[in-house]
Amino acid sequence: MPEKSVYSANADLAPIIATSRVRVAEAAPLIRFSLRGGEAAASHAGTAVGVSLPLEPLTSIATDKVAAFWLGPDEWNLVIQDDDARAMFERVETALADTPHSLVDVSDRNRALIISGRKAAWLLNSQVFLDFDEASFPVGMVTRTLFGKAEIMLWRQAEDTFVIEAWRSFMPYVIELLQEASRELEAA
Amino acid sequence: MLLISCPYCGVERPEIEFRHAGEAHIARPAEPSKLTDEEWAEYLYMRTNPKGLMAERWRHTHGCGRFFNAIRDTVSDKFVTVYKMGEAKPDLDQLLVEAAQ
Ligand SMILES: [Zn+2]
Repeated sequence: MPEKSVYSANADLAPIIATSRVRVAEAAPLIRFSLRGGEAAASHAGTAVGVSLPLEPLTSIATDKVAAFWLGPDEWNLVIQDDDARAMFERVETALADTPHSLVDVSDRNRALIISGRKAAWLLNSQVFLDFDEASFPVGMVTRTLFGKAEIMLWRQAEDTFVIEAWRSFMPYVIELLQEASRELEAA
Repeated sequence: MLLISCPYCGVERPEIEFRHAGEAHIARPAEPSKLTDEEWAEYLYMRTNPKGLMAERWRHTHGCGRFFNAIRDTVSDKFVTVYKMGEAKPDLDQLLVEAAQ
């Protein structure tokens, strides 16, 4: 995993949680495309965005400019750092012109949080019922799951760094539950 | 919490990620207009409702989003096996024999 990620903290915003053991920051805006289609669509879209889309369940492929997340057997979330969303969309759409697919720009649908630090997994486990042992949730694994009652995409970027994407209307709920859990962590 | 394995993700996940979606292997009649009301009602409403093993559709709603089939024991709530859409229904009598061994 690259140290530099497509996700970087939004420098204009104060961190959401900043303690000695865990840090939560809002990610800077990104381009997000939802892609549905078969392996041919995945292959063409991969060529257009510059990474080969993962075909193995629950895996991701990421550089510091692009990340491709497997969400289902025919569904990927493409996250891209680029100034021109429209041009990028046209580029992928053109590459897919002759392949059955659905490509939707969902850039503004989600907000993302970067959760890092020694107690990042502990903090997530306050609402996410998954085993974050590295044997069962290795670096690079991505999944859609539930955070309390909010649906999220969760990616392990590094051993102690996770990214949550959630629909923006769910994000205040996610953030407040994380803050509550971090207060408990501080009190412990 | 009950763990259910998804044949598409290849992992076990908590049941809150899943939704039950009724009995499996019920084929929609090819030409509904040629059925009697009784036959149509049979297709729409009548289900096996067994005490024991049952083939059911489940959906990994808050995961990969896929529908799959599962054999679940309606008495113990135990999931005996799961399989992908399009795969043949397992022989339930055979599963019972295997479970007894
Ligand atoms: Zn699944």
